[in-house]
Amino acid sequence: MKIVVIGNGMVGYKFCEKILSKSADTPIELVVFGEEPRPAYDRVHLTSWFDGKTADDLLLATADWYVEQGIRLHLGDPVLQIDRTQKTVQSYKGIVENYDYLVIATGSAAFVPPVPGMDKKGVFIYRTIEDLEMMKDYAPNARSGAVIGGGLLGLEAAKALLDLGINNTHVVEFSSRLMPRQIDEQGSTILQNKLAGLGLKVLTGKNTREVLGDDAITGLQFSDDTILETDILVVSAGIKPRDELARAAGLTVGPRGGIVVNEQMQTSDSFIYSIGECALYNNMIYGLVAPGYEMAEVAASHITGEAKAFIGFDMSTKLKLIGVDVASFGDPFSDPENCHSIVFEDKFKGTYKRINITTDGQFLLGGILIGDAAAYNMLLQTTKNKLPLPANPEDLLLGNRSGSADTGAGVTALPDEAMICSCESVSKGTICQAVTDGFETLDEVKKCTKAGTCCGGCTPMVKDLITATMKAQGKYIRNVVCEHFPYSRQEMLDLIKVKSLRSFDEVLDHYGDGEGCEVCKPVVASILASLWNDMILDKGNDTAQDSNDRYLANIQKGGTYSVVPRIPGGEITPEKLVVIGQIGTKYNLYTKITGGQRIDLFGAHLSDLPNIWEELIAAGFESGHAYGKALRTVKSCVGSTWCRFGLHDSVSFAIRIEERYRGLRAPHKIKSAVSGCIRECAEAQSKDFGIIATEKGWNLYVCGNGGSKPQHAQLLASDIDSETCIKYIDRFLMFYIKTADPLTRTATWLNKLDGGMDYLRNVVVNDSLGIAAQLETEMQFLVDNYKCEWREVVENPELRKRFSHFVNAPADKDPTVKFESMRAQKRAAEWK
Amino acid sequence: MSTTHTTTISWFLACKTSDVPTNGGVCVKYKEEQIALFFFARRNEWYATQNLCPHRQQMALSRGMTGTVKDEPKVACPFHKKTFSLKDGRCLSDEHECSLTTYPVKIVDDMVYIGVTAEMEMAGA
Repeated sequence: MKIVVIGNGMVGYKFCEKILSKSADTPIELVVFGEEPRPAYDRVHLTSWFDGKTADDLLLATADWYVEQGIRLHLGDPVLQIDRTQKTVQSYKGIVENYDYLVIATGSAAFVPPVPGMDKKGVFIYRTIEDLEMMKDYAPNARSGAVIGGGLLGLEAAKALLDLGINNTHVVEFSSRLMPRQIDEQGSTILQNKLAGLGLKVLTGKNTREVLGDDAITGLQFSDDTILETDILVVSAGIKPRDELARAAGLTVGPRGGIVVNEQMQTSDSFIYSIGECALYNNMIYGLVAPGYEMAEVAASHITGEAKAFIGFDMSTKLKLIGVDVASFGDPFSDPENCHSIVFEDKFKGTYKRINITTDGQFLLGGILIGDAAAYNMLLQTTKNKLPLPANPEDLLLGNRSGSADTGAGVTALPDEAMICSCESVSKGTICQAVTDGFETLDEVKKCTKAGTCCGGCTPMVKDLITATMKAQGKYIRNVVCEHFPYSRQEMLDLIKVKSLRSFDEVLDHYGDGEGCEVCKPVVASILASLWNDMILDKGNDTAQDSNDRYLANIQKGGTYSVVPRIPGGEITPEKLVVIGQIGTKYNLYTKITGGQRIDLFGAHLSDLPNIWEELIAAGFESGHAYGKALRTVKSCVGSTWCRFGLHDSVSFAIRIEERYRGLRAPHKIKSAVSGCIRECAEAQSKDFGIIATEKGWNLYVCGNGGSKPQHAQLLASDIDSETCIKYIDRFLMFYIKTADPLTRTATWLNKLDGGMDYLRNVVVNDSLGIAAQLETEMQFLVDNYKCEWREVVENPELRKRFSHFVNAPADKDPTVKFESMRAQKRAAEWK
Repeated sequence: MSTTHTTTISWFLACKTSDVPTNGGVCVKYKEEQIALFFFARRNEWYATQNLCPHRQQMALSRGMTGTVKDEPKVACPFHKKTFSLKDGRCLSDEHECSLTTYPVKIVDDMVYIGVTAEMEMAGA
């Protein structure tokens, strides 16, 4: 197969690269004609030529590359004629080549408005390295400069004039604002101010009538009879597709120029393709490099028999114009019928940000960023992938103002198909795969996938993906429960749920190896309890429980146990206090008030436990689950029933909460508190979930921690009523139970959660995963299934039998247990 | 003068097999000693060791969680999760820790017997 490519610009070069990579098996004869004297170079970064980059630095590939690839490259030799019947082309130098397929990638030329005087000295266009060289030669004669055209390229050209030392430079724009295709009036005003600060003056709404001067330019005459004096003029008023060759060959062209192509980039002659800025697809010329590359991909695919189609292209763009970030993505101009806009403007700093969101607040449609475009990539991806927005979409612009660093769900939330590098069409999946394959540095990934090698705008995102992927891998390896189960806790939970497994033995039969161990047994036991809330000592699960759960008490120094009855909200009647006192006396127990507003009785022999609990239960107590990775206490202040500051009845709400979640088993213990006012006497902000009364309802805080690494809880929702509060707690706790690693408190879980608090809020409050109803149902099932475990033991002789020290002498207590006395109570003997 | 050691095992009745929870342990009283007895139901194996965890001298091993590491049966002390091999009693999680004494176990008619060694030192005649 022989392919001739007319044009060796960026897109023509890309086509060569693509066709070679796609035709490794079938040899292809590739001939390229280029009008310019040098091989394809990076026209996007043309301005960097003024920063000291040489023409060679800008080359996409050296001449040697073409030789190595077996490409016959004819430079400085434009094709003059196409003979479609003979399927040949003839060049300026007289070379005739026949072709099986012809690819026209002639690009565009600068559009020069038909204004008298454009032929004067000192008038330039801004397109090629040669143009730059000529401008550079002329610049020393000029003290003032002007650019016609306030679009992307025009501003680049203005930058070039500044770089050439012409400080008095004006940009002249016909329409009422700069970059009319990308930004709105307000954005343009900010941009103009910003540019003025850099010495660049902008004239909008100016229609140039004539270029003044005898031989060389001296000024511009506008239709409003004003005059701008200038010694040099750069025309950058748009592009004009180079379709003259195609036109002469009888190919269909558009009414305003451009070679008409179909979705496969075929022209009206199916053996001739056209790609890049000369191609007209769906009445549109795509004047950016990324869609050009996509066209190259589509054409190369079609020629090699691969099905691919060009279906238009997102024209989102981000540039640094003269040091000012300018970005425009999705639909930058809203139609107020279909969307709401959020606009942030800071005239002092010169930043302008606008996002357009759907009227239901669900999705991002597009926007504009000027002065600070750091959020561009994430916003673009949020738009393209229809990611759900945070509860307060303005956080996308302003950042989260409640303290957490992250906004949005981050790169991990993107689907694998998400296009990260639009220039090179590299998806998230491809990048992550490269990382998985062992390319773990940015340079390696760039080399292997080509992502980030063109405009470089996606580089931060590529870095994030590398980090996230590696983290995910590392995590996965560490995350396996133990040698007996090759799964993470979350995977185990899903598997156990799907198969409705109810005992450790069943789980081991289905998914494990060996006998289990002290690591996986409690994990599985906890998952079973979190899923089904069955009696934990049933079904042979007693020996899968951690020792404290197995005996429903906390083992203490010396081998005795402590007893903690539940005292919801810390509220207790004098009568019940008396009962605790009597039981403590009867069984000779050390008593102490705990940090969670209840009473702990220490020093109970194993065989006394059922008797002690029998008496406690008879007096109306129930298990406090102090021994389990489960809800512990819901601490409360006295609240509005007594306190002169109290806004709501914090005790009643604490009791309601504690009774709802009592016995709930989780990856780790859970503590809570309810405060009746902002004074926060219950210290709710140090709890896994804490509730503080406000004038209008409750503020719900989550993921706080005391302990060795104290961490303040963060606000999840404010001013909510009691029912909403419970609904959110249901969802929050179930989501934690389902996703956390073993023995991970909520604070650590949140710290590891990608997207952090915003993600969590999205899941819990905005139901971004669509699982809220399911989480609530699952929690309600657990609540309905609650039974006091100690009551079940007390009432079951078989279970009771397990609470003896000697299997062959049940009445005997462990004779090695020793106590000492201290402050009128006993204490455990110090261990050796 | 020479010294010879003769070791004989005497078996005592510990409990019924049904007294021991599957895949767990119990503590058996033998004279003034405490012996931890473990039943691995999935492979029908029985093990016995001293009940005292040598780490902090706590009578607790019978309440520990059993399991395996690379197929070797083990128990983890409930106090600080030191793990010990049930085959030979050595500490698996800390090579400097003392080993456990282990005892043979046999089952006859659903009754569990533990073998204790009566070490008799006989001076050579």
